[in-house]
Amino acid sequence: MAYGSHVVMREISARVKRGSVFVIMGNSGSGKSTLLRHMIGLLRPVQGDVFYDGRSFWGMDDEARRVQSRKWGVLFQSGALWSSMTLAENIALPLLEYTDWSANDLNDIVRLKLALVGLNGFEDYYPAEISGGMRTRAGLARAMALDPEILFFDEPSAGLDPLTSRNLDQLILELRDSLGATVVVVTHELASIFMIADDSIFLDADTKTMRAQGNPKELLKHSTDAKLKAFLTRGEFSGEAAARPVTS
Amino acid sequence: MTGTASNVNLVVEQQSPGVLLIRLSGNYCDQIGPDVEVVWEALSRVPVVESLSFESSGLTGWDSRFVAFVFKCAELCRARNVELRHDGLPEGVRRLLRLAQAVPERKDVLRSAVKAPFLENMGKRALKGWAGTTAMFTFLGENVLALGKLLRGRAQFRWADAFLVMEQCGPQALGIVALINFLVGLILAFVGAVQLMKFGASIYVADLVAIATVREMGCIMTGIILCGRTGAAFAAQLGTMKVNEEINALQTFGISPIEFLVLPRMVALLLVMPFLCAFADFISIAGGFFVSVGMLDVTPTEYLTRTVSAIQLKSFLLGIGKGCFFGFLVAYTGCLRGMQSGSSAAAVGEATTRAVVTGITAIVASDGVFAVLTHVMGI
Repeated sequence: MAYGSHVVMREISARVKRGSVFVIMGNSGSGKSTLLRHMIGLLRPVQGDVFYDGRSFWGMDDEARRVQSRKWGVLFQSGALWSSMTLAENIALPLLEYTDWSANDLNDIVRLKLALVGLNGFEDYYPAEISGGMRTRAGLARAMALDPEILFFDEPSAGLDPLTSRNLDQLILELRDSLGATVVVVTHELASIFMIADDSIFLDADTKTMRAQGNPKELLKHSTDAKLKAFLTRGEFSGEAAARPVTS
Repeated sequence: MTGTASNVNLVVEQQSPGVLLIRLSGNYCDQIGPDVEVVWEALSRVPVVESLSFESSGLTGWDSRFVAFVFKCAELCRARNVELRHDGLPEGVRRLLRLAQAVPERKDVLRSAVKAPFLENMGKRALKGWAGTTAMFTFLGENVLALGKLLRGRAQFRWADAFLVMEQCGPQALGIVALINFLVGLILAFVGAVQLMKFGASIYVADLVAIATVREMGCIMTGIILCGRTGAAFAAQLGTMKVNEEINALQTFGISPIEFLVLPRMVALLLVMPFLCAFADFISIAGGFFVSVGMLDVTPTEYLTRTVSAIQLKSFLLGIGKGCFFGFLVAYTGCLRGMQSGSSAAAVGEATTRAVVTGITAIVASDGVFAVLTHVMGI
């Protein structure tokens, strides 16, 4: 993965199990969001590929990629709602684009999706009129609009208070269980990582590589990687690498 | 009562007195969702209904529209005080239903669809207009005070910022100013030539172009160009700074946004406009020169002589003075709309549009006032 000649990360290889919550963790600037952008087709890897059900994403033609993109929903940082549209219009837009459902059906789905994230009644509000936490939840409702098989979250807890953040984590788990969706989350919030992750990878900005993969609780127990343990213990692990200042 | 759609089936039957059962079968994925009207009719037909249950052993697939149907059934039951038993639904649907019902609908936040009476609307518009006018004069007053502080050397003002803006709206705008004014000079000469040739007075094309340019067209066209180019940029810059809370950050440090952000732009345009107007005059006259010498029997010497004799110093200075005022209007409207911008991307776009519309309107309206004043004063 690179931006021009600037290499962000190399030699990443990981499998995401269907129906699991997969967390991409690492320090600030380690390339977590960049990896996510590669996974959802916004950026093309310099070398290598992203595979969905064994099919190369970049090997597909444009139409097949479009069909594949329909199978996922993405929650960007702070929601990334379209500011000139109401919450209802934000959720309805992908439905209008990809389905031929009637206006009544669209209305019902919009109400349901907003109800699922606890925002029923806010259909006619614009993003600027609601709080940051509500914007994130509305972004999640939009991400779920097309009943995606995979939900991607880019730092969903950023800027949220601990309680709202915990509620969002619970919502993610509930949606995974009820929809059976696969969830990929980029975060460095330890509380979230330990609460939701079935599997995870740890990215290191210094070596620009993926240093570990596994359940974070298991990694904390069994890993001998000092840097990873320092990350998972907020620096309380007294390994040699942990003592070094983080340069990223 | 039955509702079917291709391979799906919905049957509502009375299981026992007061108990209705909805039997669902088939695959509801990518199908038209079950119709809640069927359930509504059943509830209306049976005199006393205590509970509504589901039987979904024949259900092989479902999507959001199916969940939306169950959600509407739940709302229907709540409205009619009927118990909804969802234990016959698939586990995933039950979970989603619980999640959707976890937070009750906030009736207090619902937007009213009732149209306000005409008089109320008029009153609101009048108040909004008054508030807008007050805000404009307040902003003007703040700018005058800031300018006073600048003259006394007490303003939080960075000349480096002013010079940067001067470069952006001066030298970098020369190309577009030259192109537009050259074309305006051509047009004036063409229009004038057609009429004056009828009277054998082609030589007076030079007078027409020169006077129209230095008194009106040079400054007004330059003002309009800058309004679209620089005024819009000012509004977008300040609006984006508002969105990013950069203006709030300035205020927390005790730095006046008017002195730090608006004043450099205002000063830069006031200083640059005279030169741009003079440049515009020169280029526009050059446009008239090309038409006159190329199309009419006017020699270059005759044209230049007529031009020099037609331009009076007071006319030239009037054009330059008006240009300065238009420059002030462009900076004022651009910065005003930028500072009034809301905190979203759409609001910045709206602020930019309003800056251009207000700026051009102000320029044209004030030029009309200038025309009357100069006529009264005999200039």
